Amino acid sequence: MYIYDEIDQRLVDERVAQFRDQTRRFLAGKLPEDEFRALRLRNGLYIQRYAPMLRVAVPYGLLSSKQLRMLAHIARKYDRGYGHFSTRQNIQYNWPKLEEVPDILADLATVQMHAIQTSGNCVRNITADHFAGVAQDEIVDSFVWCEVIRQWSTFHPEFNYLPRKFKIAVNGAEHDRAATQVHDIGLHALRNGDGEIGFRVLVGGGLGRTPIIGHVIREFLPWQHLLTYLDAILRVYNRYGRRDNIFKARIKILVKERGPDKFRDEVEAEWAHLKDGPATLITEEIERVSGRFTRPAYLNLPATDAAYEQQLATDPAFANWVKRNVHPHKVAGYAAVTLSLKKTGVPPGDATAAQMDAVADFADRYSFGELRVSHEQNLIFADVEQADLHQLWQAARTLGFATPNVGLLTNIISCPGGDFCSLANAKSIPIAEAIQRRFDDLDYLHDIGELDLNISGCMNACGHHHVGHIGILGVDKGGEEWYQIEVGGNQGNVRPGLPAALGKVIGPSFARAEVPDVIERLIDCYLQHRDSEAECFVDVVHRIGVEPFKESVYGNADQRAAHRQRQLAAH
Amino acid sequence: MATLIKERRIASDNWRLIKAGADGALPEIPGDGDIIVPLALWQRERAALLARKGGLAVWLDSHEDPAAIADDLKHLALVAVNFPKFGDGRGYSTARLLRERYGWKGELRAIGEVVRDHLFAMAAVGFDAFLLRDDQDPREALTAFHDFGESYQTSAAQPQPLFRRRLAGAK
Repeated sequence: MYIYDEIDQRLVDERVAQFRDQTRRFLAGKLPEDEFRALRLRNGLYIQRYAPMLRVAVPYGLLSSKQLRMLAHIARKYDRGYGHFSTRQNIQYNWPKLEEVPDILADLATVQMHAIQTSGNCVRNITADHFAGVAQDEIVDSFVWCEVIRQWSTFHPEFNYLPRKFKIAVNGAEHDRAATQVHDIGLHALRNGDGEIGFRVLVGGGLGRTPIIGHVIREFLPWQHLLTYLDAILRVYNRYGRRDNIFKARIKILVKERGPDKFRDEVEAEWAHLKDGPATLITEEIERVSGRFTRPAYLNLPATDAAYEQQLATDPAFANWVKRNVHPHKVAGYAAVTLSLKKTGVPPGDATAAQMDAVADFADRYSFGELRVSHEQNLIFADVEQADLHQLWQAARTLGFATPNVGLLTNIISCPGGDFCSLANAKSIPIAEAIQRRFDDLDYLHDIGELDLNISGCMNACGHHHVGHIGILGVDKGGEEWYQIEVGGNQGNVRPGLPAALGKVIGPSFARAEVPDVIERLIDCYLQHRDSEAECFVDVVHRIGVEPFKESVYGNADQRAAHRQRQLAAH
Repeated sequence: MATLIKERRIASDNWRLIKAGADGALPEIPGDGDIIVPLALWQRERAALLARKGGLAVWLDSHEDPAAIADDLKHLALVAVNFPKFGDGRGYSTARLLRERYGWKGELRAIGEVVRDHLFAMAAVGFDAFLLRDDQDPREALTAFHDFGESYQTSAAQPQPLFRRRLAGAK
């Protein structure tokens, strides 16, 4: 955890007072509704389909057990006893009362939390690799850089009313677990030939209705210039990004319309004025921020624990869980663990107050009192002793958080969808559940292997369907919910040779009841075509193309033509 | 009635804001008095404006580039920047450019949708005068400058970002 100093704390406290006053003025009729809307969104407060929704920031997904207990307290006191962890590593409450939100924010501030800039046309929560600080392929601890950027972006006076929302992701490892290629800005840490740290800067990636892979506009930005370069990018965007059409207002459209080269030239020209200015970072600041992070007091442990090896050999269910949900650690004798929030029958990412309290206790016992929220909507214990894994597994099972499905088809990323969200065209959660039920057989699931399945209830793509190996998009057809299916998307270079990719639509959409069958046919097609178990679903799509998958679902071209004729005749 | 806040006090205002008509036509130049003219009028009637009596100022709309007046600042008594909509944040960049790049030291006035909840950030980027929207309560607006005691970023009042000041404080 980054521990606030007095100034960090005062800013958050002052924000609570500011929002309390704004809410008071709104309720007193002194603040017009559309203006209050812009102000409340900057504090994470939406007015949703059935009630307000409050999105609380979990900066770069990192939480202490004390903070998690506060999130549980808020779920109990102000909501209906649960919260929803989102793909942006935040937590959302679906039933708060508008007039109580200032009190919620005040409670959050007591544990150094807030809802600042979790919505609105401003810089949002900075997201990162959920294995930052512990990954074996780490280049830098991305959390330190995320915190530096968090402070830069918090109430940035120049960039508080951008054309549209703005998302920055930081990856500090060789492999990209932060999906930096599909963010407004992606920063990828590197070391140059002299061992100096810098960032590859990508701009203009994003999902939503116009999915685009980001463009590299700088191969190596020395770290000292990080903030002035961000200022330059944001200034070009703030001044020239489109404001006439909300659907064309993201930076990706500006980059696309100008062309990445011209956009880069403009940024560089702007940066020439800002470079080496007062916002240039200095070693002392990076050390100060780094020094305010709590660090685990690791024990000197052997690389393998004998009892753990024994448990692995004798307990297949445990071994199965380890295979999927336990991840390597850079310190000998430790492991990172994913607590899966993807149990069949539970909305992906949901946790009850009691579960949160229990997880907080487990974090204290097994992982130095800290945890992370992953963009796949799971919880991560980053620092678990191998010797404790069996106990932790049993503890997680009591909560239903030990489903051994990380990286597998049922680890579904899903937005809240039409059950909650006023933007959604269709429900997402029941689709996730129907698919999880269909693929409930663990042996089959493990045989299918690595597969990301992502569901969005509308083209805003909060469920990241474009980068699912299988992506499902809810669409509205004449007031009915239909589902369009894509294959071949990929969130990023999570392993060598697998770049970020956007999925391709396989054809006409399906009614809800048909979706599990369609997924099953896609899986059958993959199983027929894979050259070995090592070749994953997405690899096969990239190797053989979409056509065989299309055929497996709709039949061959002749059958498809006949099908279309029948459909036309029926209308 | 719109109130002017200047140097964090309610101030009297002698400046007349000249705007193009609804059809875009530029108005006649008033014979006397202090006037703030749109950029287009300044560009078209530069000589006439410089020759007349009374104070002269230019206002920039949110899409207009401050570079257009960078060489003319010596002729102007104040510069104003318009905020046409509550959510249009371009004027914040305009202000920083005028202050930091083009060296404008005189009055920088925010006009248009100038409301209590924008004042803190407007002051941070360099505005020192605020023509409040008609419906704003001036006394309530004055409290906005105290919303936050610190800022992480550089500001007009604090050219050093917080991290440099923190460091200086620690030494």
